[in-house]
Order: sequence, then structure tokens, then C-alpha cells
Amino acid sequence: MYAPHTERDVEQMLQTIGIASLDELLRVPAEIALKQKLDVVPALPEYLIQRRFAHLAAQNQGVEYRSFLGAGSYRHYVPPAIAALAMRGEFLTAYTPYQAEVSQGYLQAIYEWQTYICLLTGMDLADASVYDGATALAEAAIMALGASGRRKVLVSRAIHPNYRAVLRTYCDGLDVEVDEVAFARGGVTDYRLAAEMLATKEYAAIAIQSPNFLGNVEEPSSDLTQAASASGTIPIGVVAEALALAALAPPAAWGAQIVAGEAQSFGVAMAYGGPYVGFIAATEEHMRRIPGRLVGKTVDNAGRTAYVLTLQAREQHIRRERATSNICTNQAHCALIATIYLALLGKTGLRDAAALNLARSRELASAVANVAGIRLPYDAPFFNEFVADVGRPARDVLAGLRANRILGGVDLGRFYPELDSCILMTATELTTTGDIAALAGALKEILRVPAHV
Amino acid sequence: MSEAGAIALIFESGQEGRANRYFEQGKPLENFLPRQLLRDELPLPDNSELDVVRHFTRLSQRTFGIDLGFYPLGSCTMKYNPRVNDAIATRPEFAELHPYTPDDLAQGALAVMYELERSLSSLFGMAAFSLNPSAGAHAELGALLIAKKYFKERGETSRDKVIVPDTAHGTNPASAAMCGFKVISMPSNERGRVSVAEIRKVVGADTAVCMMTNPNTLGLFEEEIAAIAAVVHEAGGLMYYDGANANAIMGYTRPGDMGFDLMHLNTHKTFTIPHGGGGAGHGPLGVAAHLVDYLPTPVVVREESNFHLDFDRPKSIGPLRSFWSNFAHAVRALAYLYANGSEGLKRVSQLAVLNANYLRVKIAEFLETPYPEICRHEFVASAQRLKKQNGVRALDLAKALLDYGYMAPTMYFPLLVPECLMIEPTETESKETLDAFAEALAKIVQRAHTDPQALFDAPVTTVVGRVDETRAARQPDLRWRP
Ligand SMILES: Cc1ncc(COP(=O)(O)O)c(C=O)c1O
Repeated sequence: MYAPHTERDVEQMLQTIGIASLDELLRVPAEIALKQKLDVVPALPEYLIQRRFAHLAAQNQGVEYRSFLGAGSYRHYVPPAIAALAMRGEFLTAYTPYQAEVSQGYLQAIYEWQTYICLLTGMDLADASVYDGATALAEAAIMALGASGRRKVLVSRAIHPNYRAVLRTYCDGLDVEVDEVAFARGGVTDYRLAAEMLATKEYAAIAIQSPNFLGNVEEPSSDLTQAASASGTIPIGVVAEALALAALAPPAAWGAQIVAGEAQSFGVAMAYGGPYVGFIAATEEHMRRIPGRLVGKTVDNAGRTAYVLTLQAREQHIRRERATSNICTNQAHCALIATIYLALLGKTGLRDAAALNLARSRELASAVANVAGIRLPYDAPFFNEFVADVGRPARDVLAGLRANRILGGVDLGRFYPELDSCILMTATELTTTGDIAALAGALKEILRVPAHV
Repeated sequence: MSEAGAIALIFESGQEGRANRYFEQGKPLENFLPRQLLRDELPLPDNSELDVVRHFTRLSQRTFGIDLGFYPLGSCTMKYNPRVNDAIATRPEFAELHPYTPDDLAQGALAVMYELERSLSSLFGMAAFSLNPSAGAHAELGALLIAKKYFKERGETSRDKVIVPDTAHGTNPASAAMCGFKVISMPSNERGRVSVAEIRKVVGADTAVCMMTNPNTLGLFEEEIAAIAAVVHEAGGLMYYDGANANAIMGYTRPGDMGFDLMHLNTHKTFTIPHGGGGAGHGPLGVAAHLVDYLPTPVVVREESNFHLDFDRPKSIGPLRSFWSNFAHAVRALAYLYANGSEGLKRVSQLAVLNANYLRVKIAEFLETPYPEICRHEFVASAQRLKKQNGVRALDLAKALLDYGYMAPTMYFPLLVPECLMIEPTETESKETLDAFAEALAKIVQRAHTDPQALFDAPVTTVVGRVDETRAARQPDLRWRP
């Protein structure tokens, strides 16, 4: 209870209203009035709430393990200055900046976020955020469907499986078909096959993620981009590890017209899956189809620079059932965190972070590849994660690692039945040489024992 | 609020190489990746940490939040955000937990989700909740996908209409359209409510879902809700409860008891999750027993004393987001439930409704309130008469309030009330605050009669004056360019 009312206040206020009691004020028809006792967690004083959650928190032992988990959620260094700034009450307790005159600070921060996303992706414009990477892909597909009037989209099977699943959920609603193009032996999308599929001229969009879910950097061929352009298909670039954008050529370079991504890597906590922050960036021609809020720069009545929510005729509160999306509340605070992160690191810090991710993941890859019985199936370049084939059910090997207090990575059999002996392993700047040695040592022990047949 | 004058963009300051030493210097990227995969340039500024801290501190000073003052933004439930919730949600055991952590090593997180889910189900009379959706609109989409799938499996594919009252929030029709439904708008009666007679006119064999907000966005309770639900159910349709206004009903009635089959909550409203300048939100999606199998994946289940994430749900509509939930917000919402318990939540609704009615009565002394009766947690006022008399619109009153240090109410929503101001004080505001706000608004209305131009010129104490929205839309400038 965080209400300030004294009993006297309540009495006086009831009197002003001219009603006898609170119950009378809140009365509902008898047939729907609450009859039973509610089964809600018990009320506790604040110090005991903290104790209760300390108890629950202690049961998340996973945070103490050496971890090689990535796959769409990444452990990166977060400078403390971010929390000091983002947790300021002015930012934290504001809402959507409808009243521009008292929201110039947040509006400017979002304008800066839009700019950072444009600079990183090579696109002309970016929105104020969508829920996360998966919904960004779904919203990007909806943009392409609207632009083309077609009823099918094509996605690489090397896109994050959760993103593809969410895309299907959304497309089921629109009675739109989602087809997948396989990845080739090298662990990157089969561009030849994709180009062939595009020749049908049925697809509104083709989506490719880089680095893809297997960690490999995609390099779509010019044949593929030509096929897309010949068939009137909109290329969508998907980004799940945004830090890679600091090193890799932006999706614009291979012809993406829309980029859908996740910016959790920019200072946002892993927090067991959320909140994160999705972004959508696009070329100029897609401006009026972009979903969600957009901040624009303009002037005030005295000609001074000012920022404001703009192009709102795309949005649900104006356009209702003809809006480009239903999104209202977005992920503004996570976008603010990412903006502060990018400002603090700057070009130099981002490059250094990227270089460390590249270095540590290579160190990890060679340590793992040295373990007898392990093979790295792909030789494509990767950013900070890669696939290791352990030659027996990955599930069993991961269980063995867990006994050593190591989270060895993600079991790919969960998403690709044919890869059930494969683990997706991630190393970031926070991975230590000790972590890598511990993992390699444990893998050696586990794989020394012959697998059950 | 800080003084006038633009703050330079972060891109306009800094010097290349003015780097903060978060990391050791990295090797050239060519050491790791073939040249053609690398980007040519990365045109981002290098700023010192001090400059960045000053920049964002100054931006914060140009941002109005609940912590600065009264924020009566109707439909948004801008109540105090207790700091203990943030302290708990940012504990490393929660903040640093990876979503792919095996269930047995994430039992604390799963217990949080389970306790929250069970509490919400009881509090709102639903069989189960999914914590998957990221906000209210996201849950609306999920619920309508459930309805679509449910009818498809029953072979009732001709149910392609979603009914929404004219007072509905824009997300309702927008979500319906994203599921391929046609939207039927239903007029409210002169008492601002949906009548049984009206629902009978629009309901039929093609009705999939009727979406209602109760209390509705005028702050009025739909007393005939049970009869309305019965009409929709008789026709074979489903009832959806938009829970944006749940702060008004806790401990008195439940959507389940009103006859709703599906619902969402905006826990960023009702359960004090900081709105964060526009999100992240959290939108639990509740369903009655016959729809539980369709909930998005994953669902937290309990087996004896262990919890796990269940992905194997053949009838599910599938996931709505990358990972399980806006989990940090689930932590905050549960902490808030612990701070209240069921009796405390009932008290929350009582005082929210008390505050709204008190303010309504005070404001009715000098401003039109089109529905002069007991409201719930919010009410609408209108500047229509002022506009006729002096040309002063709701917008002008809103802008003048900014000069008094208040956030303006929601304007021009719901759409059926001309020159609408929608006012929601919430229970965390004191009588003194409400008195002071009413007094300020009274002065502004007084001024509208004596000096309307002063209101057209407002605000004058803010860092910028009224912003040229037309120019922003006509000449879109959505980013800085090098
Ligand atoms: C009545 C109503 N319904 C739905 C929504 C949408 O909720 P959200 O912004 O969480 O998506 C809102 C909120 O803004 C609302 O006020």
C-alpha cells in the first residue's frame, strides 16, 4: 500500500463527494460482485519482501556458473554510469512523451537512439523501438507484406528459431505463409536455393540474419540480391547480436531495405529474457509503413530547436484498425539504456569490445576444437559464437558440464533435430581464460568416457 | 526543469580517440575477419564519461516524470513506483540470469513467475495467465490469435468480426486488424455505456470477439456487463476484457465473474512498474478454462515442488516474443503484490476511486463533466463550452497546466467526447495534491474567460514553447546526419 490517506482524509473526501462509504462508491451489481476469498500472495512489510526475494533469488544458482550461453541473449560488460543515469526518476517515471514541452530530454534521447541505429545499420530511418528482436522481424515482415500486397514471406532457417516461431505466430493471424530456405553445409543460408525460390515472385520479403543463429557471418551473394530485386522481394536483415554491427559491414551493404534487430547487447540486462529492445530501421521509401513511435526534430513557436512525436497518422491511436501496427507502449527505457551505452563506449569502445569478442571466441573455439572427439563443423567466419559437434547427444554432454558448474552452451538439437550432437557456444569480452580452460578440461573428461550406444 | 536553449546532440560533441577505458585496446579487426566482411567506417562519437553523464543528466532535467509531480494521465495509471521493486528486480541473481539457464538452476525465477501467475488468476477470476506478452497491445494480439485458432478448430471460420465500443482504445481495433478480423464499432448510449439493446444489434453468427473495457475509458462502470456477455456468448462469441482500468475493481469484482473469457492486464499501470518514458511494459494475458491450451508458449508449470517452462503445448498459438517474459517486470509486479496482499489491493482500488470522485466533484464546479455521476478510477472533463465561449480548447488547458508544474491529462480521448480531458489521479496522491491541482485548473479556466490569449501562448515556463508538429510531419527529420 503506497497511499497517503488518513482516515480523516477519507471521511472528508467522502463527504465532499456526498456518499456514505467506500463500499457504496465501488458497488457493482450483485450478480458479478466478488464472493470468494482471493488467493493472492500475503502482504508483507518491506524488509520482509526483500527477505522473501533474497530467498527466491538464491535459487537461481545458474548465475554462479561459468556460462557459454548466448543465442540471442548476451552477457556483456555494462558500465555503472548507465544505471546511474537511466535510473534517474525523471526518465524512469515518465511515460510516452505526448506533451513535448515537458519531455524534450527524453525525446532528444530517442532521436539520438534513432540516429545510432541508423548509423549502425546503414539505414535512413529507425523507429523509437519495438518489443524485441523477434517481434521486430514480425513487424518488418508486415511492412513488406503491406508494401508488396503479397501473402508469403521467405526466411532463412538460420534465423533464430524463436524469431521464426514468433513470425509464424504473427503470420497465422494474417493468414500469411512463411517458407524457410535451408542453410547449406557451410552453416550459412543456401543463397542459390533462395534465389531459385524467389523466382516464383510470390514472396513479399526474404529475411536473413547475420551473424546467423549458428554464429556464422552471412554474406548474401549478389545473385541473391539480384534475384530479390528482380522478383520485387524486400530484403530484410536480421540482427540478434547488435555488438557485431560494430565490426561487420551493415545489412545495407548486401541490399537490406529493412533491418529488424535486438539491441539487448547494448547494456540491457539478460534478466531471464526481458525486457529487451527491438529496433526497426529502413530505407526512406518505407517511412510511412514503419511501426510504432517516431521522434522528429522541429522548432517551437519561437523558432527554437524542439523534438516531438511525429508521423502519428501511422499509429493505432489515430488510425485504429488501419494503423501500421498495434504497438502502443514500447521499450523506451531499454532504448535509453542502449543509447547511453553507445554514447559511453563510442566508436573506440565498441571496436575494442568487438575485437575482444572476436579474440575470446577464437580462443574458446581453438581450445574446444583441441578436445578429442570434438569437431567444428563450419569454417565460415563467426563473431562471438560458433557450433561445436561433440559427436554424441549434446544434451548428455551439457548435463556433464553442469555437474562441473558450467553452462556449456545451447543444445542445438532443441531446434534442429539433425544437429543434436551440436552445441552453440558463446564467448564475450567477459569470458576469462580460466573459464575456457575449465570448459575444455571438463569436456576432455566427459568425452574420454565412451558414449553409451 | 532546466533553462531554455538547445542541448547539443551527442553526435555534435566528442573527439575521436577520447575513449573511456572500459576495455583494453583491441587488435585490428582484420586479424579476425576477412576484410570484405568488415565495415568501412563507424561514424560514432567518442565522448568522455563525464560529458556523457552531463549530457544525459541534462536531458533528464528536461523530462517530466511522476517523481517530479502529479501526473494525471488518464488510462495510464501513473502511480508512485516504489523503489524497493527496482532494488529487487536489479539483484544480480535476477538481472544476470540467462534465459537458456536450465530450469533446475532458475527455480527462483520460475517461482516468481508462478506466484505472480497464480495470484493474478485468483485476483481476476481467470483459469490461467501467460506472462509472455510485452504490453497490453501485445496481449490483445495474443488473445485475438487465441480466439482465431479456437474458432478455426471448431470449424467456425465465418466468425470474422470483432466488436469494439466507440470508447475503446486504439489498440483494440488495431490488434483485431492484425488478426485479419473486421472491426465493428458500437456506439455508447447517452449514459456513456454500452447497452444490451445496442449489442443485440451488432452481434451475430459472424461475431468472434467483443472487446470491452470495464470501467470503460470514460471511467464509468458498465453495469449491464453480465447481460452483454450473455448476449455475446449466446451468439457463440467470446468476451475480451481490456484490463487497462483494472485499478478500479480489485477486491470488488473480477473479469471472470463478469463473464469474460480472455483479458489482459497492463502491470506497468496497475502494479507500479515504472513506465520508463514509454515502456517497457508487461501485459499478462488471462484466459478462462476452455482457452488455457491455446496460451502462448512457454507456460510455467509446477510439478510437486519444482517449476519448469513447458514448451510442448500442441494447441498453443506459439510464442509472442523472443524469450519468456519481461521477467524483470514480473519481479516488480510480484513485489508490489507482496506489499499489498488481497486486502491491500482492495484498498488500492477504493482509494483510487475515492481520489477520482473527489477530484471530479471539485473540477465540476468550474468545468463541464459530461457524465456527472459516480465514476471509477478516472473521469472525463470537456472544454467544449469554453471553446464556444472563448476559443479555448482542451489542448490549451493542458498546456497551461504544464506551467503549473503538472503533467497534462490525456487529451482528445476517448474520441466521442469533444475537447476531452481524461483525468486519472491514482491512489498514491494525497488530498492536498488533488486540492492544489483543482485550484490550479480553476485559475486556468478563470483565465480562459479573462485572457484567453495567455492560454494560447502557454506553456511559457518550459524549455521550449509549443512545438510545430505540422512542420515535424511535413518535413520529417528523424535522425542526425554526419
Ligand atoms: C484502455 C487501454 N487499452 C489498451 C492499452 C494498450 O496498452 P499498452 O500500451 O500496454 O500496449 C492502453 C494503454 O495505453 C489503454 O489505455
